[in-house]
Amino acid sequence: MTRLPILKLVLATIVFGVIQSVILLQFDWFGGSASTAAGPIDTLLDVTIVISSFIFSLVCVALGYALIKWRAKPGDESDGLPIHGNTKLEIVWTLIPVAIVLGLAGYSWAVLNDIEKKEADAIHINAYAQQFAWTFGYPESGDKWSEGEVHVPVGEQIIFDLQAQDVLHSFWVPEWRIKKDAVPGLKTDVVVTPDKEGTYQLICVELCGIGHTTMRAKVVVESREKYEAWLESLDQEVPDDFLKTVDQYREAQAKIEEKSGGIEGSGVTEVTGDEEE
Amino acid sequence: MAVAIRQPGWYRAAIGTIIGAAFGFGLVVALRAISGLDIFQTEQTGYPHVIVPLITAPFGFLIGFGAFDYWFRWAAGKPTIPEDHSGHGATRWQDYFKFNTDHKVIGTQYVVTTLFFFLIGGLLALLMRAELAQPGAQIVAANTFNGLFSTHAVVMIFLFIIPVFAGLANYVLPLMIGAPDMAFPRLNALSFWLLPIAGIIFLASFLAPGGSFDAGWTGYAPLSTGAPLGQSFFNIGVQFAGASSIATALNFLVTIITMRAPGMNLWRMPLLVWANLSTSLLVVGATPFVAGAQFMVFFDRILGMNFFNFLEGGDVLSYQHIFWFYSHPAVYIMMLPGFGIISEIVSTHARKPVFGYRLMALALIGIVVLSYSVWAHHMFVAGMFSWLRVPIMITTLLIAVPTGIKVFSWLGTLFYGKIHTYSTAMLFALAFIITFTIGGISGVMLGMIPIDIHVSDTYFVVAHIHFVLFGGSVFTIFAGIYHWFPKMTGRMYDERLGRIHFWGTVVCTWLTFVPMHWVGMDGMPRRVADYAAQYGDWNLLISVSSFVLGAVQLIFLYNMIVSWRFGPKAGNNPWRANSIEWQVSSPPPVFNFDEIPRVVGGPYEFGTPGARHAIMGGEEADVPEPKPTTVTAPS
Repeated sequence: MTRLPILKLVLATIVFGVIQSVILLQFDWFGGSASTAAGPIDTLLDVTIVISSFIFSLVCVALGYALIKWRAKPGDESDGLPIHGNTKLEIVWTLIPVAIVLGLAGYSWAVLNDIEKKEADAIHINAYAQQFAWTFGYPESGDKWSEGEVHVPVGEQIIFDLQAQDVLHSFWVPEWRIKKDAVPGLKTDVVVTPDKEGTYQLICVELCGIGHTTMRAKVVVESREKYEAWLESLDQEVPDDFLKTVDQYREAQAKIEEKSGGIEGSGVTEVTGDEEE
Repeated sequence: MAVAIRQPGWYRAAIGTIIGAAFGFGLVVALRAISGLDIFQTEQTGYPHVIVPLITAPFGFLIGFGAFDYWFRWAAGKPTIPEDHSGHGATRWQDYFKFNTDHKVIGTQYVVTTLFFFLIGGLLALLMRAELAQPGAQIVAANTFNGLFSTHAVVMIFLFIIPVFAGLANYVLPLMIGAPDMAFPRLNALSFWLLPIAGIIFLASFLAPGGSFDAGWTGYAPLSTGAPLGQSFFNIGVQFAGASSIATALNFLVTIITMRAPGMNLWRMPLLVWANLSTSLLVVGATPFVAGAQFMVFFDRILGMNFFNFLEGGDVLSYQHIFWFYSHPAVYIMMLPGFGIISEIVSTHARKPVFGYRLMALALIGIVVLSYSVWAHHMFVAGMFSWLRVPIMITTLLIAVPTGIKVFSWLGTLFYGKIHTYSTAMLFALAFIITFTIGGISGVMLGMIPIDIHVSDTYFVVAHIHFVLFGGSVFTIFAGIYHWFPKMTGRMYDERLGRIHFWGTVVCTWLTFVPMHWVGMDGMPRRVADYAAQYGDWNLLISVSSFVLGAVQLIFLYNMIVSWRFGPKAGNNPWRANSIEWQVSSPPPVFNFDEIPRVVGGPYEFGTPGARHAIMGGEEADVPEPKPTTVTAPS
């Protein structure tokens, strides 16, 4: 039995892995970035891409080498060597992947804690999702409302409190890298600190019916002054049909809280965030 | 005629279907009349006069078809009609359209039926790709589009991938373990006939007012609880497909545990048997959850219950927990049998024992155990308790370890082998290793919460599932069908056409699904009929590739059909494999073995002179049990 050219194989794996990583790292896979969460997430992606490149390279090199070296000649009816395994090798290729994935899990956990950290002075904005439109409430500024468009100040933490009026929806601004479902009867939120002024698109990414494709809203990130001016410019009127929905919703909430005795953590809490503080 | 009607068969089945439907319809009309309700309730989620017959008619069909004759007689204390086994085997094509209890006939029925649904599911996908070729709405309306992707997924999952594996295993597994048939042949036949019923119900939903079910194959509440009638067809169809799946899995479990030939201890079972043992453990444990989830939606819809109605105290998220508690193990139900197929093929065509056989078997069991603990990684952005995310992330990433062990072991099997690549089966097996590795890597990425938050519900997820289900499962299905085609039909397929099919499939799979990763990461959501213009070029490439991919499958079908009829005789063991199914004739005798074989060694004793896996009946019986010489690879 010939010895394996381990050194050459390792070298080939590294070279191929490096080439792959270098090529793959040329691209901004996640597109433009406009929040403080984007940096750590994109770095995590890059690290994962590099590790994955080497794993993929290892598989390709091993398969390619085996095919070149041990391809049977036509008419060769003999068998390969009766190797049934190699306990040491099997332990190695069990433990190394364990270490890699636990490392990635730990790193992901750290990034997660980083991007979800809430600040006490964060601005709360209510995002109401209904088939097939987004509406926003600004509880800290006299409960003003805007439809299909939301403005936020740059460089300050925003917490969007999500509320679904009918079915599931999902709040996603690709440049912010954050996403969370709006769930009927459940209070969910997303935390984001926009760090680049501009106009972005809020996309509903949870299938919500016929109009799902078109359920978008405009997100404007601007300076504090412009943001305040925008708030000033809003008139208080809320569309009639929308108010009705909210009333129904509150009624239902009250009924449930009465039934459950308002148990904390029952999954159902007050939804508009404009009182009780 | 009167005799034909009394005999189980198609005439009686037609009458049974009509009686069943009439019974259901009458029941609804009568009960609603007694209760003083509108006789025909046609609110969109209602239609009881359609829904109840949809449940009763299939039972009428099965009773008429003869699925329950033996059991009814037994239960009633009447003398059962002893089976003269004339129903076993198939000599004419008509025999495949009977309630046949022969596992080989059932296996063939499964494979052919599921390939038919593969075509239907593929056509649905191509319609979708036609719409998506360019930004803007062109071909189908938005609700039709939602119906297309929902039905595509449901048909592919419930009527192709899951049952085609059951079909292949149905054919070869009893032969592999030296059993004359499955443990419960009548249950086996019933399992098969539940399948076309489920398929017809799913596809019939296109005829329902309001169109086909369109809440995705996931059918998330509360979209599904308020959806038009078609959704109920999905709820009911899943029950039939699920019952089929569960019954088959029970059958496999009992067959594998109790019916192995003497000498076949656990460590002498071929890995395909191990794989089906593992899969069956998943099916019996998990499938009831999807059945339950669909029943709850169904009850919400037609009985006005409030499982998922938050206004009445229902819990919307609980649907997702119950659903994924099945549907994540389901992806392993769709993958583990494929792992088994690849192990058989790689070992046979590399002329080498499977590297690390025991660890391979244990890895399967490891995946079974872990897969019950990862369901919530589908819900990282769903708003569930945030503390659950990190533990689920850790188990999700850990499940990559046993999967990685399998990939490394296949590679290890190739080393120091004599690799033959003349067979299309082996080509698909080798391509599977590479393609599946990509799917595995994107799976790990999706398991990492911060990355998942960005890419969940985007085309990245679509790319991932198609890399593991098409580049993974479907490649193994092709490999398996090519590998066992000579055994099942007794004839050889055309390797030249096989190669064209192989290269066409591999290249188009990559061209179709690789760009999906890119547009997804860049911000294109999934389940949309329209998208931003910037993704137009990539989507055009994806659509064109998918059409070629679809066209290439016609070569496969042509090859299979023509070779089945006209192919050259294959001989008993064209691949010179060791396992028992290759030691009998092709196709195997009606009762598999005249005398049950005796297993004397492992299934992959390539390269050990004189080593045997099994001694067939009629052979010299006192061959000594050989000791395999083990050579250790230098490290």
